[in-house]
Amino acid sequence: MEAEANNGFIPQSAIANPQCEVTMADELKIDKTLDIKGQVCPYTFVRSKLAIEKMGLGEVLEIVTDHKPASENVPRSMENEGQKVLKIDQVGEKEWHIFVRKDKDKVKK
Amino acid sequence: MDFTEDQILRYSRHILLPEVGGEGQERILNARVVLVGAGGLGSPVGYYLAAAGVGTIGVIDNDRVEISNLQRQIAHHTGRLGVLKADSAKETFETLNPDVKVITHKERLTSGNIKDIIKDYDIVVDGSDNFPTRYLVNDACVMLKKTLVSAAVFRFEGQVMTIVPGEGPCYRCLFEIPPPPGMVPSCQEAGILGVVTGVIGTIQATEVIKVILGIGQPLKGSLLLWNALDMSFRKVKVPHNRECPVCGEHPTITELIDYEQFCSMSH
Repeated sequence: MEAEANNGFIPQSAIANPQCEVTMADELKIDKTLDIKGQVCPYTFVRSKLAIEKMGLGEVLEIVTDHKPASENVPRSMENEGQKVLKIDQVGEKEWHIFVRKDKDKVKK
Repeated sequence: MDFTEDQILRYSRHILLPEVGGEGQERILNARVVLVGAGGLGSPVGYYLAAAGVGTIGVIDNDRVEISNLQRQIAHHTGRLGVLKADSAKETFETLNPDVKVITHKERLTSGNIKDIIKDYDIVVDGSDNFPTRYLVNDACVMLKKTLVSAAVFRFEGQVMTIVPGEGPCYRCLFEIPPPPGMVPSCQEAGILGVVTGVIGTIQATEVIKVILGIGQPLKGSLLLWNALDMSFRKVKVPHNRECPVCGEHPTITELIDYEQFCSMSH
């Protein structure tokens, strides 16, 4: 199923994830985009985590992946580490855009 | 810091851990740890610290690799017989991980040189095989306020304690003075199951990494005892002794002591 990023259409992947707040893409201010197309698990999350560690609280990271398991695993791992997954957009057959807001700064002890 | 591509891959299983992450891995890379002895304990400690990416590892040892060491001292191998253990360990650890810089100290620790050697490190790991060194290292760590991960092995058993001066007991709180020569079996009589040094050294390495990361509860104020035959672990609480001659309220030991050597595994 194809979902346009800006028409208010709720992608299936977002419905499957009740923790996910769906907002219109144009309401999101994206502070950094990380393209990890071609990467597979666990490096998809490793690289996403390294990127978000460097960002400030409240900033939004957009992660672009073409690895389907990552479209589920990266958001789940981000939530586990206290970050807020705002939205997951599927663009075409094999591309997902994951929007994560940095809510937690320190490593979990 | 920015990790290189190789570092992202090498440390990915650490970075994944919520308790470590890139920030924790950076702390590990910046850590400076010194090993007293590159023998049965120092080998696994150094091996795992090198694998973990501890950036600076000091190795204090002035013995040479002998064939009787190789049943347990895994940092060395048959091709290194006769080589100084510090050099052999450096080669092993740096080959495992190019992020690691090993500094060799090819001398025997004495009251005269120990402070100078350990002052530039954050954590000291005692893997020595004799009481005089054990007490010397404890006292110097208390005086310089260095965290000390102390361990000892004997036949099928081992023990580990982490000493954080000012925050818990030291080795002298547990045993105030070394046993007199003759009271303990000499190392030549004792024997050691090789793998016991691996288990205990690996526990020491775990403690070092926990201390670097500031996670979990290190063996501060408790002595861990392990017996290989029963496969039993026991944790014994060790109180801080206010009357401890080195870390108590009125220390009587203010200068380092060179006790008489009465046991050395290298003979």
